[in-house]
Amino acid sequence: MATQVVMPKLSPTMEEGQISRWLKNEGDKVSMGEPLAEIDTDKATMEMQALSNGVLRKILIKEGESAPLGQPIAVIGEADEDISQFLSQASAGSAKSQAASQPQAEKKAESTAATQEASTEPARASQPSGNGAQGAGREAQANDRLVVSPLAARMAAEAGINLRSLTGSGPGGRIIKRDIEAAMSTGGGQQAVEQGSAQAPQRHLRAVQPGTQPAQPAQLEGASPYRDEPTSVMRQTIARRLVTSIGPVPHFFLTTEIEMDRVVEMRRSVNELDPELKISINDVIVKVAAAALIQHPQVNASFQDRNVRYYERADIGVAVAIEDGLITPVIRAADQKPLSQIASEVRELAERARSRKLLPEEYTGATFSISNLGMLGIDEFTAVINPPEAAILAVGAVTPKAVVRDGQVVVRQMMRVTMSCDHRVIDGATGARFLQTFKRLLENPLLMIV
Amino acid sequence: MAVMTMREALNQALREELQRDENVFLMGEEVAAYQGAYKVSKGLLEEFGDKRVIDTPITELGFAGLGVGAAMVGLRPVVEFMTFNFSILATDQIINSAAKMLYMSGGQYKIPIVFRGPNGSAFQVSSQHSQAMESWYSYFPGVKVVMPSTPADAKGLLKSAIRDDDPVIFLEQERMYGNKGEVPEDEDFTIPLGVADIKREGKDATIVARSLMVPVALKAAEELEKQGVSCEVVDPRTIRPLDIETIISSVKKTNRVVIAEESHPFCGVGAEICAQITERAFDYLDAPVKRVSGADVPMPYAKNLEKLAIPDVETIIKAVREVAYLD
Repeated sequence: MATQVVMPKLSPTMEEGQISRWLKNEGDKVSMGEPLAEIDTDKATMEMQALSNGVLRKILIKEGESAPLGQPIAVIGEADEDISQFLSQASAGSAKSQAASQPQAEKKAESTAATQEASTEPARASQPSGNGAQGAGREAQANDRLVVSPLAARMAAEAGINLRSLTGSGPGGRIIKRDIEAAMSTGGGQQAVEQGSAQAPQRHLRAVQPGTQPAQPAQLEGASPYRDEPTSVMRQTIARRLVTSIGPVPHFFLTTEIEMDRVVEMRRSVNELDPELKISINDVIVKVAAAALIQHPQVNASFQDRNVRYYERADIGVAVAIEDGLITPVIRAADQKPLSQIASEVRELAERARSRKLLPEEYTGATFSISNLGMLGIDEFTAVINPPEAAILAVGAVTPKAVVRDGQVVVRQMMRVTMSCDHRVIDGATGARFLQTFKRLLENPLLMIV
Repeated sequence: MAVMTMREALNQALREELQRDENVFLMGEEVAAYQGAYKVSKGLLEEFGDKRVIDTPITELGFAGLGVGAAMVGLRPVVEFMTFNFSILATDQIINSAAKMLYMSGGQYKIPIVFRGPNGSAFQVSSQHSQAMESWYSYFPGVKVVMPSTPADAKGLLKSAIRDDDPVIFLEQERMYGNKGEVPEDEDFTIPLGVADIKREGKDATIVARSLMVPVALKAAEELEKQGVSCEVVDPRTIRPLDIETIISSVKKTNRVVIAEESHPFCGVGAEICAQITERAFDYLDAPVKRVSGADVPMPYAKNLEKLAIPDVETIIKAVREVAYLD
């Protein structure tokens, strides 16, 4: 029976491969395990082996061309076999992914993020985001069914190895014990755990194990007993989103200390003028961050694989803690709105967030986020970037501290902030300059009306 | 310990049990005057007389029924089939009477009977006389099925079978009667039914083999050791009750299994063992369970074809290399 040769995963981070050289021509006999082609991955040029016997009937991807993981690149079959079905499948598949990538570039950030958020599919490293491409990815996945021995599957789950990162050495590409052992000895496990896709089977395994071993009367030794509670959809989303962040997003952190006396004073005066305003320190921080972002567009950006997207507005996500989780409602165009409007919007959104009444478009598509744990007495912390945003600001408590001013020790209201930056977009100096502006504005709030 | 052939070990077991319990008696075609078609009952007529060592007419269904009746009233018959091919004629008595009696009498009649004789292939005796019958009898609840592979196992297991209160199908192998081995001479030496024996320890693959296939598997294991594959050879010895625990723990250790059997594959004992392994040790398997069975054809008469129809060292080696992903 004819089989499709699909683009294999030849490195843990590989998402597509380029055919460097075909080692067989159409019509050549191939046998299982024989080198078929050389493929350039993101890391190296790797040899790809044939996984079935027969004749190389058709090369679908020419030398120099690329294909994403799982896409058919050739057909192996008997010399006289009808392979037209494979050829039509292949052309339909590539047309689809082409069509999908076209409008994606023009898509607004909101809709892309909303699609990601609304989808319950676990994020796949190998799949580009966006609606159409996701469909095509699923198709490729069906052809690219994992073949794995039961033992290897169990070993991989226990070691946290992502099976999709391996190439099986058994018949038909079956992943077997020795492949897992090889991956373990090269430290493949660690890395794969971070990628998240190995997490689901892992959790499943933990849940199953206590059932197979009846509970011991005295649980004072060995692994601690535990109970499993099903995760809420929100908890799953948080896990998925944050894992996709800290894994592929190279974080770095910048911390600065800001004197807040003038802001505290300004807030007090404004609220005295109109008690209805109820402006908080955090509202000021949102406003100031938005203003600074407009001055530093490099921070108000997003890494988009093949380009960097710079936003024209500062849409600030404000992290709100709610029962069993957190959510980040977005203040749109915070750079253009007066403080009073920001204050009332934050209040209203936070309230609806707590009663779980936010609409998807109200908590997706921010260009920058702020997480404030000051009210919980936290002095300083680091936050995890909410992709595709490029940065998040972790805000600590405003507390009176002894500081030196003009050679004198004086008491000032101090606040520490730490910005987590996506290094693919923001460099140390870029981030530092943004924080400088942010600090200057907060220390001199009058600048905002200048 | 004395070195003796399997036929001598079986003879010794029969003699000791005839001596030990006067309710034990042996009957079958040519067991007395001719001293057994394969000389397993050699000297027994002389020692125990024609009341306890009885030649029967060529009527398998008849003397199997006599045996069941005798067991019902308290005797412990050992019924020899000249070969188990002929037991096919007696299956109504074995399956419908012996296997069911305890259950259908509400526990009133136990049937302490042993049906024994050679099973499986011999040397060019063709289709009707070369059949391995273990899957037939193992299928039915109510009988025990025993298949020794060494003289010592043969002696210890036959003594246990004769002392057992249930009907026991005791399957010997014509090709193995002359196999020699060390045998304990202690009269109290028995081997409990339902306990497997690890004939060779190993770590890379488990070969489950019984009867004729045990020495073949051991030779294959020896050869594989030279190729760097360490094989564990597990001999269940009793097919029913099956000591699946020993097999499972071996599988959990080696992760790969070859089941070697002389019988046909379809609905065979190997199929049953395979099913139980996948039910109980699925997560420990690194390769599909592989069966090496007799060819799924009537046994050919021609010598060269007969050889091809029975698994040998080479076919077992090939199967082990396959499950160990070496080829």
